[in-house]
Amino acid sequence: MSHQNLAVDVEAIRDEFPILEREFDGQQVVYLDNAATTQTPDPVVDAMSDYYRESNANVHRGIHHLSQEASEAYEVAHDRVAEFIGADGREEVVFTKNTTESENLLAYSWGLNELEPGDEVVLTEMEHHASLVTWQQIAKRTGASVEYVRVDEDGRLDMDHARELIGDDTAIVSAVHVSNTLGTINPVAELTELAHEHDALSFIDGAQAVPNQPVDVKEIGADFYAFSGHKMAGPTGIGVLYGKRELLEAMEPYLYGGGMIRKVTFEDSTWGELPWKFEPGTPPIAEAVGLHAAVDWLEEIGMERIRDHEQELARYAYEQLESEGDVEIYGPEPGADRGGLVSFNVEGVHAHDLTSILNDHTVAIRAGDHCTQPLHDKLGVAASARASFYVYNTREEVDKLVAALDDARQLFA
Amino acid sequence: MGLGSDMYRQQILDHYKNPRNYGELEDPTFTHVGENPMCGDEIRMDVKLEDDDETIEYVAFSGDGCAISQASASMLSGELQGKSVDDLLEMDRDDVIDMLGVDISPMRVKCAVLAEKVAQDGAEIYRGELDKEKTSTED
Repeated sequence: MSHQNLAVDVEAIRDEFPILEREFDGQQVVYLDNAATTQTPDPVVDAMSDYYRESNANVHRGIHHLSQEASEAYEVAHDRVAEFIGADGREEVVFTKNTTESENLLAYSWGLNELEPGDEVVLTEMEHHASLVTWQQIAKRTGASVEYVRVDEDGRLDMDHARELIGDDTAIVSAVHVSNTLGTINPVAELTELAHEHDALSFIDGAQAVPNQPVDVKEIGADFYAFSGHKMAGPTGIGVLYGKRELLEAMEPYLYGGGMIRKVTFEDSTWGELPWKFEPGTPPIAEAVGLHAAVDWLEEIGMERIRDHEQELARYAYEQLESEGDVEIYGPEPGADRGGLVSFNVEGVHAHDLTSILNDHTVAIRAGDHCTQPLHDKLGVAASARASFYVYNTREEVDKLVAALDDARQLFA
Repeated sequence: MGLGSDMYRQQILDHYKNPRNYGELEDPTFTHVGENPMCGDEIRMDVKLEDDDETIEYVAFSGDGCAISQASASMLSGELQGKSVDDLLEMDRDDVIDMLGVDISPMRVKCAVLAEKVAQDGAEIYRGELDKEKTSTED
């Protein structure tokens, strides 16, 4: 990473994404839905394609050459991801289907077994349904209660409220690292410290963080941390649950089956080593190869530069939208604690109508509640439009988004 | 231009901006509410039947939502006047799309049919054929 100070070479990067050249009705796609899923660069597609063409076999215990190659590739992908997020080796990196499954793994394996009546699970009002719904339901089954750290008027967590809520009854603090709706980058190290002061665990949902900024789980101190491959230039079908080794060791498996056992009799079974204990059945092998390639690809650009590029675009989009006068923007003002997405509404135009009209200009954004319904209730809107950026987006694309808003205004004026 | 702009032809926009039969009835024969969670659309349909308990005398709607859902409710409220409850129950999504007179992109069909579903469920509940507090396009 010798060019840390240089701006991202967007043109060269875009060459690796043929999909960004696609046209609909003669207009080139403007892809601004990256918080939902990012596009996949050629090196990642090639790595997966090469795997299927050259090395495909089932993993674990195959004696033949192909199985050895596939097993090696699958296992090494864990090492690479561990290195990327600062974990202590593959034992701390469990591959799942996505962030949601990582969350459920923790909630079922740890939560269902450990939570008791009187225990508190502390969430934030800006949680994604992936963690909000999961903890809510696990709490109902265990008799634990769920508390929410307030979001203040600027779209930041009210840390005074967090200090009030997190106490000796708190069993776990579960917080989103970067809000997928407000764009807020939360002080997750501080939240983790608060949790630890009260002997509680911390789980951080990093789905919108790991793809877009440097993340070191040890620096944060989190006990558990989750993210998805498909939001970080990798494939769908693979996610990660990081967990501290001693915690994962103490946890019961979430799914049972082959590949995760040590010894099986008709009466009982014992579990294999980490992380395989949590990865029964045939795992997402090609996807692991793809995720490995995506991590290589991201690090070659440099996570600081990716973050800077996205924050710059978000700032530009925020300023352009704000200057329109009839646009309401949610979340903090641009700055160090705001990531690369902007959610907004245009006065008098429903977010879904707006998004349909933007689609006529081949501008792809998302409208809805972004899996944060309670937060939208708090904001007092049923839905919002969201533009989210990645390393291949440009200012010109933001301009196209802003220009297309005029069409919506004219129709609905 | 693609499907989207076709969706917002003059008639749709007119009904969205100037909804017909908007409001709540004082003495409806039946009332029902429903939502489309995807868009956050909410609609209440009030239906007044004539003395034969079969002919629809008047329909009013209220609620919030996207242009497609609100225009659809507005048009349906007029369309149903003078029709029978059986006519209402026989309607399907194609009838609604024909009524709207525009191409509805696949992701927006739920917005279009919300009012129809709410009115139909309301009628079935009134007849004692259905027990439901709220209609959802996700059901």
